[in-house]
Amino acid sequence: MKIMVAIKRVIDYAVKIRVKPDKTGVETQNVKMSMNPFCEIALEEALRIKEAKLASEVVAVSMGPSQSVDTLRTGLAMGADRGIHVEFNQTLYPLSVAKILRALVEVEKPGLLLLGKQAIDDDCNQTGQMIAGLLNWPQGTFASKVILDKEKQVATVDREVDDGIETLSLNLPAVITTDLRLNQPRYATLPNIMKAKSKPIKKFTPQELNVEIKSDLEVVQVTEPPKRKAGILVSSVDELIDKLKNEANVI
Amino acid sequence: MVNWNWKATFRLIKRSPNLFLERRCTPPAVVPGFRGFSSGSTAKSQCNTFHGTKRIFPVSDYVETAGICIGMQGGVQRQCYSSLAGLVNRNPRFSTLNDEDIRYFEGILGNKNVIQDEERLIAANTDWMHKYKGSSKLLLLPQSTDEVSQILKYCNSRCLAVVPQGGNTGLVGGSVPVCDEVIINLSLMNKILSFDKVSGILVCEAGCILENIITFLDNEGFVMPLDLGAKGSCQIGGNVSTNAGGLRLLRYGSLHGNVLGLEAVLANGTVIDMLKTLRKDNTGYDLKHLFIGSEGSLGIVTKVSILTPPKLSSVNAAFLACKDYISIQKLLQEAKRRLGEILSAFEFLDGQSMNLVLNHLEGARNPLPASMHNFYVLIETTGSDESFDKQKLEAFLLHSMENELISDGVLAQDINQASSFWHLREGIPEALMRAGAVYKYDLSITVEKLYDLAEEMRTRLGNVANVVAYGHLGDGNLHLNISAPQYDDKVLSQIEPYVYEWTSKHRGSISAEHGLGLMKANKIFYSQSHETVQLMASIKNLLDPNKILNPYKVLPDSVSS
Ligand SMILES: Cc1cc2nc3c(=O)[nH]c(=O)nc-3n(C[C@H](O)[C@H](O)[C@H](O)COP(=O)(O)OP(=O)(O)OC[C@H]3O[C@@H](n4cnc5c(N)ncnc54)[C@H](O)[C@@H]3O)c2cc1C
Repeated sequence: MKIMVAIKRVIDYAVKIRVKPDKTGVETQNVKMSMNPFCEIALEEALRIKEAKLASEVVAVSMGPSQSVDTLRTGLAMGADRGIHVEFNQTLYPLSVAKILRALVEVEKPGLLLLGKQAIDDDCNQTGQMIAGLLNWPQGTFASKVILDKEKQVATVDREVDDGIETLSLNLPAVITTDLRLNQPRYATLPNIMKAKSKPIKKFTPQELNVEIKSDLEVVQVTEPPKRKAGILVSSVDELIDKLKNEANVI
Repeated sequence: MVNWNWKATFRLIKRSPNLFLERRCTPPAVVPGFRGFSSGSTAKSQCNTFHGTKRIFPVSDYVETAGICIGMQGGVQRQCYSSLAGLVNRNPRFSTLNDEDIRYFEGILGNKNVIQDEERLIAANTDWMHKYKGSSKLLLLPQSTDEVSQILKYCNSRCLAVVPQGGNTGLVGGSVPVCDEVIINLSLMNKILSFDKVSGILVCEAGCILENIITFLDNEGFVMPLDLGAKGSCQIGGNVSTNAGGLRLLRYGSLHGNVLGLEAVLANGTVIDMLKTLRKDNTGYDLKHLFIGSEGSLGIVTKVSILTPPKLSSVNAAFLACKDYISIQKLLQEAKRRLGEILSAFEFLDGQSMNLVLNHLEGARNPLPASMHNFYVLIETTGSDESFDKQKLEAFLLHSMENELISDGVLAQDINQASSFWHLREGIPEALMRAGAVYKYDLSITVEKLYDLAEEMRTRLGNVANVVAYGHLGDGNLHLNISAPQYDDKVLSQIEPYVYEWTSKHRGSISAEHGLGLMKANKIFYSQSHETVQLMASIKNLLDPNKILNPYKVLPDSVSS
């Protein structure tokens, strides 16, 4: 069985985000970009499944500008067998990403599609659900545990829901999106970074995959959240009660 | 639950059980007067309480030995000493604090900033390692240069000894009183005064916490040329006064180069304004250098101006394993040659250090878990072109691997991974504290010979203590730490004076960056000639004739009394 993993290049998790002065988006010039942390978890899971001999190949897919190849190289250095880069230089929204993935699924025919539950740049949390819908595959979102049964062609997925853990059993092929607690991704070791240099990355354009990219979304404005005001120290319980009553109006 | 603020969650979850996302480690905030002590602590501020006693604090508290002095207090002759620093006599020339003094200080600072509260005094009297403990009855928190000046003028006229204090993270017992010196802590002088974006020159008050300056500069698109593990607590005034080296000295040079000017208050209250913002200024003797690294013995630094380089966007970090010390030396040479202008740190830790952090530091994760290695190296590059820098670093690493200088390694793929490498290196002092008693030596030795000392100490000490060696290899700076379950004079006599003699024999320095403080004041002759020390004493005499500033420290008894 082949596993396909979608990985996205985003502004590094640890970078302080700055909104562009014209409010059209966030500053990405000269900003450190890295693999979306949830995608990293998805890829780690795929690699573990392969190492447990439950899959034969892990294919990493990334969409975006040419620098997305760097993200794919990271994926290959972590252990993916090969990469697919779908080159596109404008913003891609979840539905377009899902359509491209559907086209790639038709080419690659994976038995399992793994994605991060959301990308940390747009926080959409839609792609996994949309691609499952487009393919009509079962989906297990926010996975915190994945167990594969190769014989029965079934994946058991624990998902984190508001009131606890829900366990699902999915028939393969299926879509799984990964949550934070699923695993701790590995580091890219030097020997693997070197090996990754000779692993193949295939390039497509959306046109070649017969996917028409049109956006039904328009970003009106991006603004920073209001700054938190500094707290104050009150000197007595009475003062606190007074402020809660008369200033905050909460009691 | 889906669209919660993922970042907050991400942080929360990742920080608690597995701290791998924790950015640089900082020691617990050491806010003067606010440091929590375990409730079981019965520490008293009397200077002779711990005479010869050794106690072990539970959990994260550590072994404590006395820093005690001899003198007159309440009419009783007191013998005070630190078992590590040797006997110290309270200088009888110093007056003892009285109510009138307190009222005078309250007149200058207001009641709020004249602290006599026992809890807060315990914290301010105790150093970061819980190794030195003074018995001061008074902590002063000035808010301006003028207040510092008035305090000193008064103390000088009354012959009251004082100890200048910053973040109290110093590692040589310099920042806490030895006896009953008045503590002058600069933490309320924490304002950034100006920043010139064209030249990158920052002017700020001495009490600014290093990490706050780093954050401020980061927002402005600049970097602080100084970074060290204690950044969350230490103050720029303390950094300047100890001439702290830290993790980026290799790249940006020492504070003697980066500090463009400062303002200091002399013992008699005179304010010396050397707060220049010029790179070049050859008008007479460059006196600011006297205050850089003089550990509060010549004056109190109140303002600083620092040259800061622009922040470059491409930072890469690799964590590598080496089989022996020869390979590390070759790797350093190669790194300087092949990484050249982008090399920004070259830190090493030995296998014992790695074991220690993995066992004692929260959130430590071994980046190379397959097997344990003899040595580890953290290399960082900082440059302006992401893809070029990465290519260059990868090519260097590949080459070093082929030549078997590196036996294994990982390259950080994002900032969190880089931070987790730094967490290991910066967390060693904290891990050492958690492991028990620690004898710390901070030595400059030629890189070639540097590790021989660690090996000799291992042979000398056998299984009595754990010898842990790490440091700023790129600067020839070894942090030799000897970790034992508790302080023991027998262990100490195995270490000292051997370590100092060895270092002196190899023409090294017995204090590369931590200073002399109380711990090494009398050891100065291992690294300086008699003539040099005499000249230092003359300078001290000129600037502080009553010797009220940080007594018993930096200079040896033989020249300072
Ligand atoms: C975890 C950890 C890591 C460290 N790593 C490094 C490192 O990599 N490199 C390095 O060089 N050091 C290191 N240190 C020690 C270092 O010397 C201090 O952290 C720092 O420079 C001292 O700053 P501070 O504000 O805490 O000063 P304090 O500890 O409060 O004082 C240090 C000395 O300076 C004097 N002083 C303080 N403020 C003033 C002032 N405004 N005017 C005059 N005198 C003053 C004090 O009297 C004392 O003698 C480390 C310490 C810790 C705990």
